Amino acid sequence: MTTFALVDGNNFYVSCERVFNPQLIDKPVVVLSNNDGCAVARSQEAKALGVKMAVPWFQMQALAKKHGIIALSSNYALYADMSNRMMTVLNTFSPNQEVYSIDECFLGLDGFNEDLTAYGQVIRQHVKDWVGLPVCVGMGPTKTLAKLANHIAKKQPQWQGVCDLGGLSEAALNNLLAGVEVGEVWGVGRRIREQLIHLNIKTVLALKQADAALMGRRFSVVLQRTIMELRGVSSLRLEEVIPVRQQIMCSRSFRSPVMQYAELQQAVVSYMTRAAEKLRVQSSVSGAVHVFIRTSPFRKHDKQYSQGLTVTLLEASCHTLKLVQAGLWGLKRIYQPGYRYVKAGVILMDLAPNGLHQAALFGDNAADRSSPQLMQTVDTINRKMGKDTVFLAGAGIEKRWRMKQENKSPCYTTEWSELAVVHC
Amino acid sequence: MKKPKWGGQRVGAGRKCAAEPTVTVRVPASRKESIVKLVQQMKAAPTTRCPSWLTFQSLAEQPVPQMIPMMSHSVRAGFPSPADDYIEKRIDLNEELIQHREATFFLRVRGHSMIDAGIDDGDELIVDRALTPEHHRIVVAAVDGELTVKRFYQRNGVVKLLAENPQFPDIEFKNGQEMMIWGVVTKVIKSV
Repeated sequence: MTTFALVDGNNFYVSCERVFNPQLIDKPVVVLSNNDGCAVARSQEAKALGVKMAVPWFQMQALAKKHGIIALSSNYALYADMSNRMMTVLNTFSPNQEVYSIDECFLGLDGFNEDLTAYGQVIRQHVKDWVGLPVCVGMGPTKTLAKLANHIAKKQPQWQGVCDLGGLSEAALNNLLAGVEVGEVWGVGRRIREQLIHLNIKTVLALKQADAALMGRRFSVVLQRTIMELRGVSSLRLEEVIPVRQQIMCSRSFRSPVMQYAELQQAVVSYMTRAAEKLRVQSSVSGAVHVFIRTSPFRKHDKQYSQGLTVTLLEASCHTLKLVQAGLWGLKRIYQPGYRYVKAGVILMDLAPNGLHQAALFGDNAADRSSPQLMQTVDTINRKMGKDTVFLAGAGIEKRWRMKQENKSPCYTTEWSELAVVHC
Repeated sequence: MKKPKWGGQRVGAGRKCAAEPTVTVRVPASRKESIVKLVQQMKAAPTTRCPSWLTFQSLAEQPVPQMIPMMSHSVRAGFPSPADDYIEKRIDLNEELIQHREATFFLRVRGHSMIDAGIDDGDELIVDRALTPEHHRIVVAAVDGELTVKRFYQRNGVVKLLAENPQFPDIEFKNGQEMMIWGVVTKVIKSV
């Protein structure tokens, strides 16, 4: 029988922070989005106090103060490294793995005949021991059921973090599904949920027992497939091959609106530098760069403007200077004075492996021939001595536009100068 | 005279007309395909193109560098280097010092309670979380919200964290007091 497991980190970002800062354990903690805008992760204690996701953080200030909620800026370098560690550890439990997001992955457990619940506990303990992160494991004969099992394992403490829906009798399973709200099913979004409730389909069990063909006509084949998956008919496979990145994007919101071209220019230079670094890490070259700027749709009184431009390069490159030149050339053409810009970004497109790209017939190869060494040197220095030790002066030294990250933890695992401190 | 239905000019016949005058050039056979493709690409309406100065300065100003392959030693046919058989991979500290990559973390020491174990203020520790803490090993533990490094004592149901400096007290655990072993220290890195 086919068996899928979904392993998901509990309050992942908060858990990553707690590994290196035990003071955060058992306390209400939230991690804020880029620019400290709203909560993107909450500890169990913070959830219990009624902190909502995606609500602007300044609206939560009173509550935070009253209960001493600790708010941290997001530290994506840390989360990405911890995620990598977790995924590699999980891969040892099954060669068939689909990394679904930063904190969850599917494992194919076909042919495992042992007690699956016990196996789930082993997985849980192992991740906790090795990486320090708590996870829950959901299992079932389809991906949709595994995802639902994970939700149940998280919400209902009696499962102790591991729920195998495949191990239940049909009656016990239905009994359980009757107690779960239909909106918890993977793929049932808010709009579909409302329509389903309107049709008196309120629980997962009701959806499972609905007329699949009829629902397929009424909604979509996707929902029809979901119903079949709830009945144990597997149609979603593991997608193990992660496609090579076809685009690299780097964009951020500014701390406060920016009006001057010079400041936008600094931001574009700095984002392009970052994107070009990523490009070189995956040994690619980019044939076109897209640059965009926009005002904030939330600032209702501001004049709105949003524009982007794609600039193709005559010869694909991974040279920061070249990409920056192209980006700024584009920025100059889309910049309009008089607007309050809140975001800028660059996207590297038309990626190809370095070395396979086509040389331009009339290209100036002299600059590019010396550049691999130059770029390698810059990358090595920045890796060794810390980010932005060497940077283009165009990125600006003061960086007033830079993201607001008032309470970011150190990059414990990716910066030698920021290692966690152990007292003795 | 009536115009015949046959003969006369055929549509599309004759030399292809180009947007601009063309010339014939000789190119290396191996480059033919890529040059044809490039010309076709340039004909197809491009999106916004960079100005030419972005990708090439005027060819006249730019001296063409000559690439001369450099050999670090002379090569003589027939006499291979006697060391060739002994070329081996250089030592990799990641391989030598780290047993479990995913479970290994680096921490920086602050304090003086472990100097007799050779752990000084400012040293870096390599900590392996995959190892089981055993009696007498040096461990990192989370005590009262702080990470601390001590020697692990576990005998006859008594658990203690021992300091390796007589001026510092050991940490003993009473009922209800929480202690979590974070990882086992395997190496100390120090600057000399």
